[in-house]
Amino acid sequence: MLLKSLRVDPVELATSTGWKVEPRGVCKGAHCVPLPASAADDAGLVDVRALADRLGMAIVGEANHAGSELWALGPESAVTGRALTTAEAPDLVLPTIDGEPFRLSGLLGSKVIIVSWASW
Amino acid sequence: MWQELRNELQARGTDVAIVTVALDTGGADVARPFVEQAGAGNIALVDVAHLMGALFGVVNVPNAVWIDERGTIVRPAEPAFPGRSPIIDEIRGVDLGGGDGDFDAAGSGNADRPSTGLGLMNQVRGDGASPMPPALVEQLRLTQQIVIEAELYRDMILDWAELGAASRYALAPDEVVARSNVRSLDQSRAAAHFELGQHLHRHGDHPGAIGHWREAHRLQPENWTYKRQAWRFEAGPGGDPSLYDGNWSADVRAIGPENYYPKLEVR
Repeated sequence: MLLKSLRVDPVELATSTGWKVEPRGVCKGAHCVPLPASAADDAGLVDVRALADRLGMAIVGEANHAGSELWALGPESAVTGRALTTAEAPDLVLPTIDGEPFRLSGLLGSKVIIVSWASW
Repeated sequence: MWQELRNELQARGTDVAIVTVALDTGGADVARPFVEQAGAGNIALVDVAHLMGALFGVVNVPNAVWIDERGTIVRPAEPAFPGRSPIIDEIRGVDLGGGDGDFDAAGSGNADRPSTGLGLMNQVRGDGASPMPPALVEQLRLTQQIVIEAELYRDMILDWAELGAASRYALAPDEVVARSNVRSLDQSRAAAHFELGQHLHRHGDHPGAIGHWREAHRLQPENWTYKRQAWRFEAGPGGDPSLYDGNWSADVRAIGPENYYPKLEVR
């Protein structure tokens, strides 16, 4: 997940990582990890460093050409130690080949096989 | 291949939605010719940031994830050849002889086969008169030794389509998580570096991307999507493969071509 600030909007966080901010912490599937009270500011933004520390997410920074910082937040590694934290499928959001928006949740009710391939 | 499988599923009175995702930093323009050639009626998506890696643990292609009607993953990312692989079948049919580089493309016996349109086979065909470069011969030799389980995978899909949760191939949620790829903090860091590299490349700073991609390769050498995507930009005119420590042939040789795709875990 790319970030222009180390404070992130919870909706954006949930869309990109599947982790939802709830009163008991950040949750994905049946897993909820408490965050310190200071992790959320008055505007409701979440401290990415506190989140990353609890979930084992790497933060890598890059100074861009405009002189401002850009960060990438890696996926969680500390909850299950596996690529999947839960078997609940994330709501993958990607464009179709024709640029139309697609949400995986639109296929609920059907069996689905997602096939990754590449031209390279 | 996937359309063939879908046709077979429907002929059996079953169905599974097939969603194809192109992990291509180059975007839709790069992926479109392949999608059009496949002539597939499946949903075709483009994933320029390789989200499938971060969200599902995809580290090589082709890979697939199965999801049931309730949105629960029942098989994590694993090699996915549904019945056959035209490109690997075609390469296995190529007689490379015993030499290193004296292969005659015109003698491959594939002239009457329809073109796959894929880069490697186009190189194999060449102009029919020039000898094959030794590096390409080695790449083909290694590819011929790659192990895929296409018939088993097709049978698994047909079984799941018919039996659903009762299929022996549909895994319980705990098993799905346990069988997904290992992820350490280093691998999370690799994903972050790779994503930054993707961003820089897409915004015109390809040299800036290279350092991030090299770091992603170092941190997670078993991630072939990171490596193959980066190497692709250095293949062909103007490219500089020496920017990276590895290359496909050397890295496959190091692990053994029979290990390039992990064996399907069935219970």
